Amino acid sequence: MMTYEVLTAGFGGQGVLFVGKMLAEIGLLDGKEVSWFPSYGPAMRGGTCNCSVVVSDRPIGSPVVSHPNLLIAMNGPSYDKFIGTVAPDGKAFVDSTLTNPEDSAAKPCDGVRIFSIPATKLAVDNDLIGMANIIILGKLIKETAFASLETVEKAMTGVTKGKERLFALNMKALKLGMEY
Amino acid sequence: MEKILMKGNEACAEAAIRAGCKCYFGYPITPQNEITAYMSKHLPKIDGGVFVQAESEIGAINMIYGCAGSGSRCMTSSSSPGISLKSEGISYIVGADLPCVIVNVQRGGPGLGTIQPSQADYWQATKAIGHGDMRIPILAPASAQEMVDMTLKAFRIAEEYRTPVMILADGLLGQMMEPVSFDNKSLPEADSSWAANGHANSRPKNTINSLYLDPLELEQKIKERFKRYEQITEKEVGAVYDKGAKIVVAAYGSTARVARSAVDKARAEGINAGLFRPQTLWPFPKKQLIEATENAKVVLVTEMSMGQMVDDVKMSLEFKLPVQFFGRTGGFVPNPDEILTKIKELEVSDNA
Repeated sequence: MMTYEVLTAGFGGQGVLFVGKMLAEIGLLDGKEVSWFPSYGPAMRGGTCNCSVVVSDRPIGSPVVSHPNLLIAMNGPSYDKFIGTVAPDGKAFVDSTLTNPEDSAAKPCDGVRIFSIPATKLAVDNDLIGMANIIILGKLIKETAFASLETVEKAMTGVTKGKERLFALNMKALKLGMEY
Repeated sequence: MEKILMKGNEACAEAAIRAGCKCYFGYPITPQNEITAYMSKHLPKIDGGVFVQAESEIGAINMIYGCAGSGSRCMTSSSSPGISLKSEGISYIVGADLPCVIVNVQRGGPGLGTIQPSQADYWQATKAIGHGDMRIPILAPASAQEMVDMTLKAFRIAEEYRTPVMILADGLLGQMMEPVSFDNKSLPEADSSWAANGHANSRPKNTINSLYLDPLELEQKIKERFKRYEQITEKEVGAVYDKGAKIVVAAYGSTARVARSAVDKARAEGINAGLFRPQTLWPFPKKQLIEATENAKVVLVTEMSMGQMVDDVKMSLEFKLPVQFFGRTGGFVPNPDEILTKIKELEVSDNA
């Protein structure tokens, strides 16, 4: 039995809420209890944004994640703000194009594993601009027991319903992250 | 049972449509805008469906007054400052004995306050939602699925007892997505033989009115309405709770979710804590609270306010148990650790 408490964070426009929604949809397909709660407010493109996702076998208490065991940090400010909150056995997935964990004054707890992936650069190099979030998702799927590729593919089919080109691009991004 | 991911706000709007709500009148305000947006998109598509974005909240509630008077199922929604504007209209609707559903997705106040989640409208909702000798039933959902279930329940209660019913949610419940099911969600048509609508002289005319200049007549009207309040108190009160706990944490809505996490953590550490979650705030589930606290030494009320439910808890227990409070306000959602710390403090002082 495992409860995933996920925090996704980054700039508005990077797909922080969308990758959170993907995680919730994947959990739902696996028959889990899920919740998704966005930071909301007078946001703007380029401002910071985050989202709490809980996926569990048990009914979910608080949907607000304060000590994530999975963190997706898509920029420097998000890394600085949240890395110290990750639970000791947690994993953090970081877009190393936009932040270098070693330069940050913020430090993780002992036992936290950090996975750096140049997601934004990979996206640009592979004509997948705007899909750094899905590339990081791919890395997360590879490095955790969160879900099988099959379930992720099924969730992606549901989310991109009727838009085959979008589905193909997302799957390409996902595999790029998984193979990195 | 098919489940889909939906925001609490959208789930509420879809549930209203499934309940047979034909007319929605509202005015935008965060954090409830998804209800208005959903209604604007979906209501006009159904037979007889009407969506109006009114010129203001006052306009919207008075459109509800007229619409409800014609016997049509109708709903409005807003957030805290907007509900204050609707207050006068709600009193008129009560005075005219009309059914309707009002949703308050609470944000922080007073004034414009904040758009972040809050539960600071408890007093307004349960004690002073309008002027005059009146109450309205207040339902308190704590999940997206309860946003669905309680929306249907709200229409049913509204029509059965001829009263406005309020769903008192908050920004977190409105913005959060959770899986919801709409299986078997519908409501039979209600009796509307009292309504003032077109009938081509096929029956005596009905009048919708809240003005009674003769005190005798008004007193009778009010007493009759309070008889219905007694029935509501008898039949429609709801709460979910753990039994036998020494430390009972009382919380509703989003805060009850956080409190659930805190109580579970406390139990894992061997503390005999339990949760009491009212599903109706007026009438307050007094009997259920008494049952939940049979073995209790202390009650901890937690809210996103400075402590507005505390009075109802104390009065329901007839001041026989110590009642403590922990809350965050101004748009903060408490985290489970904060509540857990408070539970541990009580556990220690309990044993001292």
